[in-house]
Amino acid sequence: MGVKLSDITNAVNGTVYACKEYLDDELEYAFSSDLMSDVLTIDKEDVILITGLNNIQTIRTCELAEIKYIIYARNKMINNDIIKLANENKILVIQSPYSVFKVSGILYNLGVKPIY
Amino acid sequence: MILTYKVQGGDFSNAGKCSSEVKKVLKQLNIEPKIIKKVVIALYEGEVNIVAHAYHGVITVEIDTKQIKITLKDEGPGIPDIEKAMEQGYSTASPIVRELGFGAGMGLPNMKKNTDYMHISSQVNEGTEVILINYF
Ligand SMILES: Nc1ncnc2c1ncn2[C@@H]1O[C@H](COP(=O)(O)OP(=O)(O)O)[C@@H](O)[C@H]1O
Ligand SMILES: [Mg+2]
Repeated sequence: MGVKLSDITNAVNGTVYACKEYLDDELEYAFSSDLMSDVLTIDKEDVILITGLNNIQTIRTCELAEIKYIIYARNKMINNDIIKLANENKILVIQSPYSVFKVSGILYNLGVKPIY
Repeated sequence: MILTYKVQGGDFSNAGKCSSEVKKVLKQLNIEPKIIKKVVIALYEGEVNIVAHAYHGVITVEIDTKQIKITLKDEGPGIPDIEKAMEQGYSTASPIVRELGFGAGMGLPNMKKNTDYMHISSQVNEGTEVILINYF
């Protein structure tokens, strides 16, 4: 009973930068954080990360924590290193013009559940 | 099986590469996914600590039929008070480390949580050695 990634992408006015083949996936949980150590405490797999950071460690963290979907808020610039590493590790990358707060609210309203 | 990796202090863009390589090897060895995730998360925090806090280091991963043992040995400033460093929230991390999304003082506690055995030994102005073991 998850929410479809394509619906999430539309709702946040998102642009997809990598692995658009996962837009048909469904997910249940989201976690909003700029703190990668915090992301590493998540023990669910079916999660989308919403973040305001845009460095390569965000994708590394998703790779190592088995998180398959990420939204970069506030149109954070997504460079080629991020796209390359995301493609290598099969991580769907969405960029949204909205803030972390707004993206989180939209996903919450769509029925995506919090982790903690 | 023994794997070794070199880690360069301050090389933030490559932080996590070792952990990524190790993850691939553990997957190939068909180790239980739950154990892989724990090992990799503990290792990643340890690798980031070398990049963030030390000058350079070597990570050795020893895998046998009973356990995975990881040794993270660095040359660096060392840890003056290990007990304090283990506390959730204690951090001397620089603003650069914080911008990366680390430096909240959760690394060592995360490492402890994800391993069956953890031991830190450190000499100030020389370096630090962290041993992590996960049993199968
Ligand atoms: N390899 C290391 N060399 C020197 N100091 C370290 C090392 N690892 C950890 N420390 C010290 O322990 C503190 C806590 O580490 P950690 O829990 O990983 O938090 P963080 O890295 O976010 O600061 C660090 O801020 C640092 O002072
Ligand atoms: Mg740390």
